[in-house]
Parts: sequence; C-alpha cells; structure tokens
Amino acid sequence: MENRLYLSSSPHVYAGATTDAIMRQVIYALLPACAAGIYFFGLPALVLLILCTAGCVGFEALGQKLMQQKLAIRDGSAALTGILLALNLPPSCPWWLALLGSFVAIVIAKQIYGGLGYNPFNPALVARVVLLISFPVQMTRWTAPAPLGSGIDAVSTATPLGAAKEAVMLHGQLPADLQSGFGSYLLGHQAGCLGEVSALLLLLGGLYLLWKKIITWQIPVSYLGTVVVLGGLFWLIDGSRYPDPVFHLLTGGLMLGAFFMATDMVTSPVTTRGMLVYGTGCGLMTVLIRLFGGYPEGVSFAILLMNAATPLIDRYTQPKKFGLVAEQA
Amino acid sequence: MKLKTFPGGLHPPDNKQWSAHKPIETCPLPAELIVPLSQHIGAPAIPCVAAGDVVKKGQVIGEAKGFVSVPVHAPTSGTVAAVEDRLHPMGKALPAVVITPDGDDAWGELPPPLDVQSASVNELRDRLRDCGIVGMGGATFPAHVKLSPPEEKPIHTLILNGVECEPYLTADHRLMLEEAETILDGIAILQKILGVKQTYLGIEANKPDAIALMEKACAGRDIEVVPLEVKYPQGAEKQLILAIAGCEVPSGGLPMDVGVVVQNVGTCAAVADAVLRGIPLIERIATVSGPGIKEPKNLKIRIGMPLAHLVEQCGGLNGEPAKIIMGGPMMGMTQLSLAVPATRGTSGLLLFTAENVPLRPEGPCIRCGRCVRACPAHILPTTIAAYARLDLFEEAEQFNAMDCIECGCCTYSCPAALPLVQAIRHAKGAILAQRRKV
Amino acid sequence: MIAAVISLGGIGLSAAVALGLAAKKFAVESDPRELAVLETLPGANCGACGYPGCSGYAKMVVSGDKLAAVCPPGGQEVMEKIANIMGFAPITTDPQVAVVRCQGDNAKAKLKYTYIGVTDCVAAQKLADGPKLCPGGCMGLGTCARICPFGAIEMTQENLAVISREKCTGCGKCVASCPRQVIELTPLDATTHVLCNSHDKGALIRKYCEIGCIACQICKKNAPDAYVIEDFLARVVYEHHLETGPGVEKCPTKCIRDFAGGYPQGSSFAPPTCAMPPQKVA
Repeated sequence: MENRLYLSSSPHVYAGATTDAIMRQVIYALLPACAAGIYFFGLPALVLLILCTAGCVGFEALGQKLMQQKLAIRDGSAALTGILLALNLPPSCPWWLALLGSFVAIVIAKQIYGGLGYNPFNPALVARVVLLISFPVQMTRWTAPAPLGSGIDAVSTATPLGAAKEAVMLHGQLPADLQSGFGSYLLGHQAGCLGEVSALLLLLGGLYLLWKKIITWQIPVSYLGTVVVLGGLFWLIDGSRYPDPVFHLLTGGLMLGAFFMATDMVTSPVTTRGMLVYGTGCGLMTVLIRLFGGYPEGVSFAILLMNAATPLIDRYTQPKKFGLVAEQA
Repeated sequence: MKLKTFPGGLHPPDNKQWSAHKPIETCPLPAELIVPLSQHIGAPAIPCVAAGDVVKKGQVIGEAKGFVSVPVHAPTSGTVAAVEDRLHPMGKALPAVVITPDGDDAWGELPPPLDVQSASVNELRDRLRDCGIVGMGGATFPAHVKLSPPEEKPIHTLILNGVECEPYLTADHRLMLEEAETILDGIAILQKILGVKQTYLGIEANKPDAIALMEKACAGRDIEVVPLEVKYPQGAEKQLILAIAGCEVPSGGLPMDVGVVVQNVGTCAAVADAVLRGIPLIERIATVSGPGIKEPKNLKIRIGMPLAHLVEQCGGLNGEPAKIIMGGPMMGMTQLSLAVPATRGTSGLLLFTAENVPLRPEGPCIRCGRCVRACPAHILPTTIAAYARLDLFEEAEQFNAMDCIECGCCTYSCPAALPLVQAIRHAKGAILAQRRKV
Repeated sequence: MIAAVISLGGIGLSAAVALGLAAKKFAVESDPRELAVLETLPGANCGACGYPGCSGYAKMVVSGDKLAAVCPPGGQEVMEKIANIMGFAPITTDPQVAVVRCQGDNAKAKLKYTYIGVTDCVAAQKLADGPKLCPGGCMGLGTCARICPFGAIEMTQENLAVISREKCTGCGKCVASCPRQVIELTPLDATTHVLCNSHDKGALIRKYCEIGCIACQICKKNAPDAYVIEDFLARVVYEHHLETGPGVEKCPTKCIRDFAGGYPQGSSFAPPTCAMPPQKVA
C-alpha cells in the first residue's frame, strides 16, 4: 500500500552525482588514448578492447547471478575495468589471455572481496600482474607501432623502457638514441601496452578528469612530481646510466598509471594528505623498480604495493577534526 | 577582495530567488491554534491553563520547568479548547494547548518596558526568560541561558547571525531589510547583557541589499558588518565563528570557550520586543517556498498556526506534496502532515513534489572522498557511517562521530546515495545512550 | 645445496624447540573440564546465557558447584552433557522459540508514509515512530534478521519478519533488537499464537490493518481459559496448556495462527513435518 508522502532524515536535496556518471566520465577520458592505441596498433587493438570489455562485463554479470546478487553491470565499473585492462595489455595479446585477464580482474580481484567498493587492489592491475608473471613471453611480445594506412606490417620490437634496461644491464650504459624518440613518444609512436603509448592523449584525458572534478590533483601531481624529482636526481648523478625525467614521463605506463590507475577511488586513500603520501609512494617505487629492479617497468607493482598501504595511510592521515587544536590547548 | 569563510563546505543552488524580493506578509489568524508545550531545548513547559479557560494574547499558558526552560504564551486571545496531545513537528503526539481565537486579538497584561540603560543585567535576562525568548535560527536554545555564561568564561565578542545559508529560506534576509532598527535595538541589549568589546554581524554575500542597509544602519553603533562567502554551512555557529573571529571552538566545547556568543538576527528582534515593549515570543517570520507551493512568500506567523493554514495563505499546494519539510532542505525535518503547528523554531516550510524526491537506490561506497572533502567538521563521514551501520559504536566514536554537526554536506555530495547523516546520527544516539548508562 | 638444506633445517629445528619451550613455560593453567564443556557448546557466542561468549559460559560452569544459567541454543542435549561432565544434578530446560507477533505485511497493513533511508527498523522508528500506521506492528526492515546468529529469521517479499521454529534456539537477541517489541519468546511446545501487537481499539485497528486483533473476544468465548484479553489485545495463556483450536477457527480476522498448520503468508518456511507435542485438554 503505497503512501505518497515521504519521510527521511535530512538532507533533502542532493548534488545529483551518481556512481555510473563517474564511471562514464572516466571512460570518456580514456577514449582518446584508446583511439591512439587503435591507430598505432590496428585491428588487434580494437579486438582486444572489445574482448576485455565484454569479458569483464560478462564475468561480472555471471558472478552476480551465481551469488544471487542484484545485477549491477549498468553502473559501468566492470566496463571501465575492461577498458583499463585492455589498455594495460600488449596489443598482440592472444584472445584467451585477454579473457583470462578479465576473469582474474573481475572475479578474483573484485567479486570475492564483495564487489564494487570492497576490493583492496586495483582489479585491472592485479590481472595484468598475474598475467605478466604467469605468461611472461606473451605479455612482453611488443609490436612496433604501424599506424593505420601506413602499410607497415607488425614487427616485434622492444619498448623504450625495455631497451633502456637491457642496455644498462648489458653495457652499463643507456642506448645512444634514447632521446631521439621524444616527439613520437608524446604522440604515441612507441612500442608498449595498448593504452600507454600516447602520453599526450593520456595527459589530456587526465586534465579532463581534473576539470570535471572526477579526480583531484593530489595523486597525479605527487606521483608525477616524485618521479621527476627522484628520476632527475639519479639522472644528475649519472646521466649515462639513468635516463632523464622527461624520458620517465613519456614512456611506459606512468601517464596511464598516474591519472587513471593510481587515482582509482576504491583502492586509494580518501583523505587529502593520504593521497599525497600515496602518490609519493607510488612515484618512489616506480623509479626504484625502473632503475634498480628486475623489471623494466614498475608502475603496476608500485601502485599495487601502495594499494596495500591505503588503509594504513587513511588511518594515519585523518584530517585534524574541527576544534582539535583548541581542545588540546 | 576575498570574502571571509571556513575550509570545506559546499555550494548548493540557493533557490532564494523564489522569495527574496517578497516583503513580509502578516498571516491572518486561523480557526485553531495548537501551541506545543515543548518548543525549545530543555524541559517542556508545564501547562497552567485548562480547557474552557479564557486567555489573552501574550498570557503565560505554560510555565518554565527548571533553568534550561522557558514559558509558553498564548499567541492570541481566545478560549482554551483543550490541553491534550497533538501531533508535534517531532513526529509524535505531544502535549499542547489548543486555543480557539475569539477574533479580538486582545493583549493581556504585559510586563512594563524596561529602560536598557538603567536596567540591571539580571533584570534583562529575567525578562528574556519570562518572554520565552529562544534561539530563532532553528536551534531554539533558551536565550537567557546562552547569555549567562559562567564567570570563568568571559565573553569578549558578540556575533550576530544574518547568514541564512540554507537554500530557499529568506526570512532573516527580509527581516534585516524591513526591521533593521528592531534588530539593532536587540543587539544593543545583548551588548549590554554581555558587556562585549566587539560585535560583528555576519551576512552572506548573496544578500547585497541587506549588507548595504545594515552597514549604513550600523554606522556609529560599534557593530561591524562582515560580508561572508556564499557557502553552506556558513551559518553554522562554529563555522561562523571561525570565519569572523578566526578561531575554532574546541571539540566538545561551546562558543563561550573562545569568548564568543552567537545569536540569530531574528532572536535580536525578539529580544528588543521583549525588553522594550514587554512582548513575549508569539510571532516569527517564516519562508514558505518550494516547487510544491503556488506562491512562495515570507509570512509573519503566530506560533501554533497549523502548516495547512500557511499553505492556504500562499495560494495552496502545487500538486500533491511528496515531502513537507519544516526548516531548510539541508537540515529540516520531514513532517507527517500539514496539521502540525509552527513553533518558535520554524524558520521555513518547504513543499516538494514527487520530481524533487529522487528515489535513488543505494549503492556501495566507492570511497570517492567527496564527503570527506565537503565535511566542515573535518571528520570522515564514510568511515563513521560504515561503523555505525555495523553497530560498532566504539569505533565510530574513535573516528569522532560526536563532532558531526549534522549539516548534511556529506549525504548531499555522495554519488552512491548513502544515508550518511542518518547513520552518523544513529551512532551519536547510541554513544550518548551508552555514556548515560555508565 | 647441502648448505641450504642444513641452514634451513637448522632454522626449522631451532624454531620448533623454541616454540615447544614457550608452550611449556607460558602455558596457562586451566581446568581440563572447561575445554570439555566448551566442546559441547554450540559455539555461536550469542550471549543468551548472559555470559561473554561460549568460553565465558564454560568458565562459569566449571567455577561453581551448580549451573547458574542454561544455554538456550544448546538445549536439553547440551545441558545433559554438561551435567555428565561436571557431575551436577540433571536439570530440565524450558525450550523457547521466538515469535514475531504480527502478520501485517505491506499487503495487509497501511503505511502513514513511505520511508527513505537506512534499511533498519531502529532508524525508521526514529522518524515519526515508523512508517506503519500500526504503532506495534512489524516494519519489516530486517534489523532482527541481521542480528540473528542462527539465520532463523527471514524477511518476506512484503516486508514481514518470520522466524523459523526449527532454526530458532531461543537466544533472545532478536527480542532485544526490535524497537517495537514485536518479538516474544514463547514455549516451544506452544504452537498457537495471537499474531498482533497493537493495543489500539478494534475500530481503529480495522482502519489500518486487515489481520489485526480487534479484541472481539470470540476466541475467549470458544476456548474460555486458553485465551485472555488484556488491554484490547488477545493472547494465548501458554501456562494453561489448553486446547486453542476453536479460537483459531472462529477468529474473524484470522490473527491467531497455529504454526503446526504453516507459517504466515509469504514465508518460505515449510510447515513443521514432525508431530508437535499434543496440547493438553482441560
């Protein structure tokens, strides 16, 4: 028996923000980078994007049905995870790897913890790292960019970061032509994961999110800032062994990580100071792994490590409550 | 020039254009007035009339009980129809004196006007208590208690609250435009009672006409008008003190702990009426607004007027009301029916239609942090609410649940439609109950 | 290789020795019977006994020379086992089950407003005493179901709480959690209950609920000492153990239910299959 009068606790007006609107905005911000990926890597990139997105949404629907939960795929979070996962995979990734990644991202990294809002680790990154460790060969088979219409066939090659690490390990020195590719790195003409190649478009997407107030400046600025400062420090110490900060910014998954992966709300701190600590930590770990670790790229591991520290960071960076200073006086 | 304000807060659409330009209209008497005996913080008044008694306007019909209490007065002359339980804005039936007006609106014997210069501070305070003056910003705290700080807490600053930060409400705005002299008389009385060194009048920048008028009126009166940034909840006591005096009231403390007393401008006007004319608090200004009312207005209402009567004065309802809100949309209380009477704390009546009541399904908290950034008390609403909903009240207390001012900024910003304020209120209630047990 | 084996083996061995010594040195003296008692208990830590958890209850048992409290979820079986272990005189328990004294779900009872907010009965009760017109009826927002340690309470589609007689152990947590005191602990052998909790007069109840008790006294007239009417509400006099059938049959609003015949409408619980203990006839 429906009664038309509503009673509720205050407040009675709302900003109008919704979870699915937030997810949608992030997807929009990623579209330029996706377009760049498809442009540089062709049809396989498009297939990968579709496969991952469909896979993630499919697994989420299946999982929710099996657990007798209300179907919530419309909130867009699974689709977003799918797109982010695809952007984190090499464009030549086989279809079964993409589906396996979708399964790990949604079922293992998200649903077993209780679904949206409860996962401690970034689902797309968990999937990427699981695949990287389990299938290192397929996950590091990079193709050189072959822009659509150029008629170039796919050729396997190393990423700039990979080339740098190999040169340092073998010769103790960075390759001579390291700086020559900067212009193309900015636009996306480099080998790498589907979504990480175009630093410029990723930056534009990130700025869009900042403008729309979907993310706040603390994490990207502290992350990128720390990388520049620490990377710059090592570069100043020995420029032949350690690349310059601009190289760090333009290559690898740093732009993607700083604006889209580290800023994932569920797995990052809620407090303002906490976000600064978190971003700094991510930057620190990224540079250390890139320069001294076994892997050429450290963004995924750095973010996952800082995800683990998030609850602790939140607890110790609680804002000073109103009237606290006066109370202690 | 950058306006003074506090960190945090939000900017909801202020929706004041519906009624800000409408002069105050006096509301005619209804067929029945229901005067609740509990309209203030503190013990309810004890009725001293019975059914059948003839009462005069301003006559005491309920006596104060204890120090933190005030008497209740008849809003007009007439006959007491009954002293019985009637639906109260709190949502349940509570004792009230029901009066049938006789149409004469004749005053009874009023206390004589006091000369502010020669009256003693105690005389002035007693007059405020006898006239039932309570905080009219909505809190309804007895004024004489607020103006009796203990000796160890000297007061040096008086801040008048002309902010009215709640959307839709324009009662204080119109009062400042139309009754500036009365407000200033009241301020002078408060200055005398407290013996303050400085006095400020805070007004939000969305009322430029009021700022200009009050600045002119306050010239030479030792009152500084402070225009404030338009932000919610700028009118919250602690945030107002931070913006104007630059200091934070200690957690768990009161403004007197930092030597400040805050009073609403409406209370000032009532103080002037009580001291200079012996008039008890039986009338106030209330804004009736919202998409669900045909003609939004600022009405001068008598205490005890049923909300339905106010609605009638404003052209009637615009469709079926989905929410009846007494107060503003951020902190107001939803009502069960329009039969509920207006009380001393009724600053507004909002009617919302079904379009304004979005039935948003609740989602999981995505830890976006919007509530944390909006919170003017600088606590973590999402964490406290999560503990509250799991009945973990000790943890909620550790995360400073008791510092919540229930302003609603968190719930307003939440994209997952979580009922944060309700959950935190639940925790606060449980924590207080636990403290009383121990 | 050998070095690795020896070093790791050595670490393992020394850790084992250290742990063994620590276990002996820091061992806590405890009554061996306490562990035996603890093992008989259901382990739900529901607190119905009044002690902090099952370990608290076990501690109490071994500290005295008789049982200060029973364990309702454990029931007769567990009491007998404890009596055996401790050498106490056997005691008989009075098994109880909780009953929600209301059948006024959304289809049958009217609301005074539509509630928006936290899905919790205590929270809803704070808003103008709850969304139902009936001051005593079940609001069906699930506070009791969430607090039940045994999963014995279900919420029907139409917002009514129903308690399974099989799963309920009589721990009483739901009784305390309900803001309207709709739930009552009743003797297990009583299967008939008056499912209404409103003391309003019949004429008023008719306005807001189809299935409430209107205190017409028909039940009492047909089964004189089995029912009593108190303050406009009928109740079964459980202590008398009398035949209640005629009251159930003749009740005009059907607010009296014999659970042997099934649960309230909308419940998914199957009617009890085993024969219930027969009611004594006067």
